[in-house]
Amino acid sequence: MTGPLGRPAPHESAVGHVTGRAVYTDDLQPPGCLHGVVVPAPVACGRLLAVHTAAAAAMDGVVCVLTAADVPGDPLIGPIVHDEPVLATDRIRFKGQAVAVVFAPDREQARRAAEAVRVEVAAEPAVLGIDAAVAAGAFHTAPHIIARGEVQAALDRLATDGVVVEGEVRVPGQDHFYLETHAALALPQEDGDLCVVSSTQHPTECQRMVARVLGIGEHRVRCEVPRMGGGFGGKESQATAPACLAALGARATGRPAKVWLERHEDMGTTGGRHPFLGRYRAGFRRDGTLEALDVQLFSDGGWTSDLSGPVMDRALFHLDNAYFVEHLRFEGRVCRTDQPSSTAFRGFGGPQGMVVVEDALRRGARALGVPPEQVRRQSYYRDGQPAPYGQVVPAPRIAAMHERLADDAGLAARREVIAAHNAASPFHKRGLGLMPIKFGISFTNSLLNQAGALVLVYADGTVQLNHGGTEMGQGLHTKMVAVCADTLGVHTDAVRQMRTSTDKVPNTSPTAASSGSDLNGAAVLAACTTIRERMRPVAAGLLGVPPETLWFADGAVHGPGGASLSFADLAKQCWLQRVSLASTGFYATPGIAYDAAAGRGTPFFYFAYGIAAVEVELCGLTGEQRLRRVDILHDVGDSLVPTIDRGQIEGGFVQGLGWLTDEQVVIGPDGGVRTLGPSTYKVPAVGDVPLDFRVQLLDRATEPGVVGGSKAVGEPPFMLAIAVLEALEAAVAAFGDAPFELRLPAHPEHLLRAVEQARGHEVPA
Amino acid sequence: MRPALRFHLDGAPVEVTDLHPTTTLLRWLRATGRTGTKEGCGEGDCGACTVVVVDPAHPERGPRAVNSCLVLLPQVADLQLFTVEGLAQGATLHPAQQAMVDALGSQCGYCTPGFVMSLVEACHRPDLRQAAPDDWRLDDQLCGNLCRCTGYRPIRDALARVAGTSPDDAVATSLSAPPASPRGSLDYQGDGGRFVAPDRLEDAIALLAEHPDARVVSGATDLGLDVTRRHRRFPLLLSVARIDELDGLDEAGDALRIGAATSLSTLEAATATALPLLHRMLRYFGSRQIKHRGTVGGNLCNASPIGDLAPVLLALDARVELASVRGRRRLPLSEFFLGYRQTAVAPDELLVAVHLRRPPPDARRGAYKVSRRRELDISAVSAAFVVHEIDGAVAHARLAFGGVAATPVRAIDAEQALLGGSLDADLDAALAALSAQVRPIDDDRGSAWFRRTLAANLLRGFVAETASVPFAPLAPGHSATVAAGSQPSGASR
Repeated sequence: MTGPLGRPAPHESAVGHVTGRAVYTDDLQPPGCLHGVVVPAPVACGRLLAVHTAAAAAMDGVVCVLTAADVPGDPLIGPIVHDEPVLATDRIRFKGQAVAVVFAPDREQARRAAEAVRVEVAAEPAVLGIDAAVAAGAFHTAPHIIARGEVQAALDRLATDGVVVEGEVRVPGQDHFYLETHAALALPQEDGDLCVVSSTQHPTECQRMVARVLGIGEHRVRCEVPRMGGGFGGKESQATAPACLAALGARATGRPAKVWLERHEDMGTTGGRHPFLGRYRAGFRRDGTLEALDVQLFSDGGWTSDLSGPVMDRALFHLDNAYFVEHLRFEGRVCRTDQPSSTAFRGFGGPQGMVVVEDALRRGARALGVPPEQVRRQSYYRDGQPAPYGQVVPAPRIAAMHERLADDAGLAARREVIAAHNAASPFHKRGLGLMPIKFGISFTNSLLNQAGALVLVYADGTVQLNHGGTEMGQGLHTKMVAVCADTLGVHTDAVRQMRTSTDKVPNTSPTAASSGSDLNGAAVLAACTTIRERMRPVAAGLLGVPPETLWFADGAVHGPGGASLSFADLAKQCWLQRVSLASTGFYATPGIAYDAAAGRGTPFFYFAYGIAAVEVELCGLTGEQRLRRVDILHDVGDSLVPTIDRGQIEGGFVQGLGWLTDEQVVIGPDGGVRTLGPSTYKVPAVGDVPLDFRVQLLDRATEPGVVGGSKAVGEPPFMLAIAVLEALEAAVAAFGDAPFELRLPAHPEHLLRAVEQARGHEVPA
Repeated sequence: MRPALRFHLDGAPVEVTDLHPTTTLLRWLRATGRTGTKEGCGEGDCGACTVVVVDPAHPERGPRAVNSCLVLLPQVADLQLFTVEGLAQGATLHPAQQAMVDALGSQCGYCTPGFVMSLVEACHRPDLRQAAPDDWRLDDQLCGNLCRCTGYRPIRDALARVAGTSPDDAVATSLSAPPASPRGSLDYQGDGGRFVAPDRLEDAIALLAEHPDARVVSGATDLGLDVTRRHRRFPLLLSVARIDELDGLDEAGDALRIGAATSLSTLEAATATALPLLHRMLRYFGSRQIKHRGTVGGNLCNASPIGDLAPVLLALDARVELASVRGRRRLPLSEFFLGYRQTAVAPDELLVAVHLRRPPPDARRGAYKVSRRRELDISAVSAAFVVHEIDGAVAHARLAFGGVAATPVRAIDAEQALLGGSLDADLDAALAALSAQVRPIDDDRGSAWFRRTLAANLLRGFVAETASVPFAPLAPGHSATVAAGSQPSGASR
């Protein structure tokens, strides 16, 4: 094959990135543009009595101060339930909630005026954190239950015939810390139409919600996305509010209006990964098989329901991870708190669910006195076994991948080296940990599994590519250009990836759930195939050969006996012969459906697999740790662009490492976020990455029915980092035999606490 | 004539007037349409805004990557400034840019301009030419730039490819020009604010005598936060950055004098051989960008309980030199810190220099810092120890800590417990005395329990680490601040 699919390639915008020429939303500076600054609520909970704006409105440069009273349409937005007032109406629901927005030509003027707006609130006690919400009965959702078999009876039996362990895990939240904070620019058009340029993963939702708050039809709003400086889920639903505020400013003034959040505003008012509380009872047979699992999950949804329901669904769907569990009961419920609203974040609940089941697995292995590997080998899905919700897990690859990684990474020999090191080193101990994953691919809300594309071939043989997906750094556009070029048989530099825009492809789904290339790739493939098949008979006529003997490659169409015609000449001939060179493409994932009330269905089109082995060194004096070596074997099917996929695997792993070790969102007693910047919120830096980082893509891994035989890769590698916990616990255990509890995130203080416990020393509660 | 700021931006002369002196370089760049340089945090902790500056008076110092979000516009006056937008020659990318493309070093691209500029500095660091792949200086070069997408491996690969290659670029041209005369003084006013940078100490202290309310600024790595995060506009700033007497490290035998306005990177370069104990602390001290701007005087006068220079300087019995129109005086650093963020510096006084003596080569020495993240983080606890044993008896002991009290402190009782005894045999007595003296607080960086435990454990680690050598440099790929035991023992290999 000579096409671009499956070949290494740089990022499609790489030259723009390194020269500073790649455009992001805040880089756009139209003449006369106003800057909007949000007035934040001063308390976490209360009744909004009054908003005094007169002093601010009279200040130098201020063009307008908008409150909820200035919203012409429906003030309530939200991705599923419309429960998010774009500006506060009568209630304050978290500290930092948008109460008003000030517009001025200079951002400093707007900011000073925003500080002059006086917000009167009758404060009420706030509900902060999961425990308080459970105690107060504050929930966004009813319990979602997935069950099968007889879990209580099985646990009773295993209490005597095997081992039953109980545990409670507090899984931390996480800030997205995309390098580009939220930004939106609203540009007034003719007749009151609006163009909104937004850093969003979901341009259609921005378009829809802007139309809603303005009270106009969706056909009068266009949303464009140049690119994002990182998204990770944080811009799936929560880019909508800044876009709506900018739109309100543009509508009120008739001028371009921008809302860009400073880092502290972004971290203080937009939400991150859901913190979870998991309680479990797990029953194991003496041979290590995980046979019964009873789990109760609570998540902290924050002030609005946002995407919390589906996040909980995905957490429940991944409580089995890669293990067949015969008897189980999984229950999950979303808490409502007076805090920033938790939202989508890479893995979308899957990581939280997996942390809980892996904790149960490690605890069970300790109780059985066997290595966790033995429990895994006994418990991996075997061909044809059903997942908890009934979907059959076909030909699971994970058990074979485990054996291959164990061989390639030399785990058995390294365990001996580690044991010898630990015996000789008093203060620095090493540990090894594994993490297999099985991750379901498809939006769990089945209707979102659709995508569109619009491909335009010009008479000189060049191509404009539009699809519904957005680029946030994950390389979607690079892959889509490869699919398009491969299908039309042209070089990638003949294909221009256009800015994502809702007037090119309507009614799109968010670029999320790792589904971007699966869904949009199939739509691009369909559009390009349509055009190619229209061009084929024209070429056949010109070359005088049967159409079915022609193939498109290397910028030309080729026939038997060396006959060929350049793609450019063919395009021109098609135009002269009045053959359409433009087409839409559409794709809807077949065969998926889920019944939440019954807890049964086929939510996923397929499963992605991966496995990681991690070796750490832990200092027993300070709690500092370092990853010495990481080996990953990951299943991406047949990679569309292997360089892009490796980048997703390495980057996802390191982001997961940050989540489980040094990143910690701190909420103060007043409900305000205290970690408002990278000075206090520590994402991994260059010195945190593994000293020796080896990534392999599983070969001969074709996924039938997916574009190019590939598999989704955006989210699954994130969860491989859970191996770090097993490695750290092994290192802690090398310091002493006493029982210990490793709290999350596993930063130096929590690690040192666990080490002191393992040594049998007292530690504070 | 209206006061103006003049500098070179990507080779072209620029003149700025009428802007308030607290206008940051980043805001000015973006407001004038140079949007290639990005704002990621506004607090010098992410590096997306990194640009490179060359001081024509000091080309020997090489180009310096700095955080443009924390640089005030008057601070670049008379300098050569390079941004990501000026690197490529037409369609030909700069080697740092090409290396990032080839290594897949960009994903979302938002941090990329900052990384490219850090790589540009690295291109012109001859000391990195032979850096081994696991050399910590490669990490140090990049630790001021955060990337949330790639996991860094490809960016580190790109760095390793270009570090020390000295390409023939615009930066090289500016470095090869003959050194210009010193920058002279600067007195800039704009939009109601004034920024004065005298080039003579007597002018600076005279101005301070006249305006004791002037805010003294050196590198602005802390003051910049007042501007970007607390939105303060200072009416009068007095910069000490152009006073030669305050800049640099002088050695006379075992006596060292460090000028108060010496940047931490200059200090780092000078102490690699001159004072390895201090050099070791500087490994995990801010980032390359912060060390280029932050100064010795700033770190001390800030008087934060967790300033990382203070423990090392306390352990070396450093004395500080202060000057005012009333004269000069010296006092021990241990009398310099009066309370939480309070110093003995009078309103009309300037910190001029730090004086200290090199410890004896056979003294046991160690410098340690524990923070949540190893790089570019504020310490939970830092410590520095100098213990000199003569004929098996402790003749001199200095145990200094940051993060365990309202100021950096010496653990006097623990020092006393060691005197005349043996560091190894009397460790328990010293730990007991330490435990009685240390009174840390709970905060978001660590609980009191954590800090107390760390203080004791760092002393334990020091004793173990220096059992066979008086001073242990950090090994490449080390996993913790204490090196003891991280060397594989014979049995494990």
